[in-house]
Amino acid sequence: MAGIVGYGVYVPSYRIKVEEIARVWGDDPKAISRGLVVTEKSVPAPDEDTATISVEAARNAMKRAIIDPKKIGAVYVGSESHPYAVKPTATIVAEAVDAAPELTAADMEFACKAGTAGMQACMGMVDSGMIEYGLAVGADTAQGAPGDALEYTASAGGAAYVIGNKDTIADIESTYSFTTDTPDFYRREGMPYPSHGGRFTGEPAYFKHVLSAAKGMFDKMGTNASDYDYAVFHQPNGKFYLKAAKKLGFNKEQVEYGLLTPVIGNTYSGATPLGLAAILDEAKAGDRILAVSYGSGAGSDAFSITVNDKIEEKQDLAPKVQDMIKNKRYVDYAVYAKFKDKIKMA
Amino acid sequence: MSDTVRAWRHIPQRYNLMGSKCTQCGTVFFPQRIICPECRRKGQLEDLKLKGEGKIYTYSVITTPTDEFKEIAPYVVAIIELEEGAKVTAQIVDCDPEEVEIGDEVEMVFRRIREEGDDGVISYGFKFKLKK
Repeated sequence: MAGIVGYGVYVPSYRIKVEEIARVWGDDPKAISRGLVVTEKSVPAPDEDTATISVEAARNAMKRAIIDPKKIGAVYVGSESHPYAVKPTATIVAEAVDAAPELTAADMEFACKAGTAGMQACMGMVDSGMIEYGLAVGADTAQGAPGDALEYTASAGGAAYVIGNKDTIADIESTYSFTTDTPDFYRREGMPYPSHGGRFTGEPAYFKHVLSAAKGMFDKMGTNASDYDYAVFHQPNGKFYLKAAKKLGFNKEQVEYGLLTPVIGNTYSGATPLGLAAILDEAKAGDRILAVSYGSGAGSDAFSITVNDKIEEKQDLAPKVQDMIKNKRYVDYAVYAKFKDKIKMA
Repeated sequence: MSDTVRAWRHIPQRYNLMGSKCTQCGTVFFPQRIICPECRRKGQLEDLKLKGEGKIYTYSVITTPTDEFKEIAPYVVAIIELEEGAKVTAQIVDCDPEEVEIGDEVEMVFRRIREEGDDGVISYGFKFKLKK
């Protein structure tokens, strides 16, 4: 099966603390932090959007892939915050990594799992011989309505994966998806902010799909939690992630590297791809990883991955997730509101 | 529509810092040129993709911007001397103006340059950030 030839990440450098958001809305910051297991989140600069984040992540992935960009035959960008309603982000990325014009490209949309859907599409095209390499990106500048619970976590970031079957650094053993029609979170055409079902986003939505996809993968591969060195799941907040990990039988050591939401927030389509990248930054040859994304609406994609001995020569060729996390500057709520266009200008 | 065409025409230079190099005298130009002003008809220009790394040659802090750039003011615009020799003018992002000094090492980033209102085309391209 196809594998990962290169990966790259990008997280904007601005941050806002949960206590700063809570101060404005009169919430108890300690209760929010404890309840969601989140302390701060990334904020995109006014000149950053899903296209710029995707390009930065894709360029970092190309630094690790070390391939001729013209050999990329497909570019898919998964996001729910594409800058244009009509006009693909994928063409901007393809041009910016110098892969255009001989390729197919499209934008993917499946709430928070559009990035992993793009990875699966690339795997299929590589394995069928349609393309030599594919580039899949998951990135978002997530929107949360002012005062809504989502505002504490909706953040920005992304990760990109070059998929191929030559010179891989990690091999994808199998992928398994679980999909149903579940309206737990959605945004209607023309609306600025998404709507969500509150508690309904938990058991019948996130947990049902993430746990079913992980268990489906265990059955397909004949594995269980103890067969994996690392696991990463979609992470709308830290609480859901840790609960899903516990229910599946993973311990803290297996899941802590992939958990980024407490310090950068929920990067939506970027979340599982970024968590997987944080694990690849640390992984050694032979390590086995389970990655399970989740997109509202609803579905989960699970990947069973084995890292090979080429990983170590590629890890330091581009910035790591922890480098991006450490590079930060704080903004207060007023500046955040200005950056996110929440202030009506004359 | 003319702005759309201009944004589109600038894609190679704005996305990938495509410049030119004269194979006769070795001078590097950005943006691309058709003839070398030194070698004239003896010159031979070839495309050169610039790496996007360099130093701040000089800079200015914009405190009174046009309305379009009001939300990012005050911001820094610098002339950057690239490793290959050519100079480019660009915004220095994600910094306080006090942090910037002449000679600072910078690297290219990909950002929004401007947009034509809420329903117009968005122009993307290079800006720079401090390496420190």
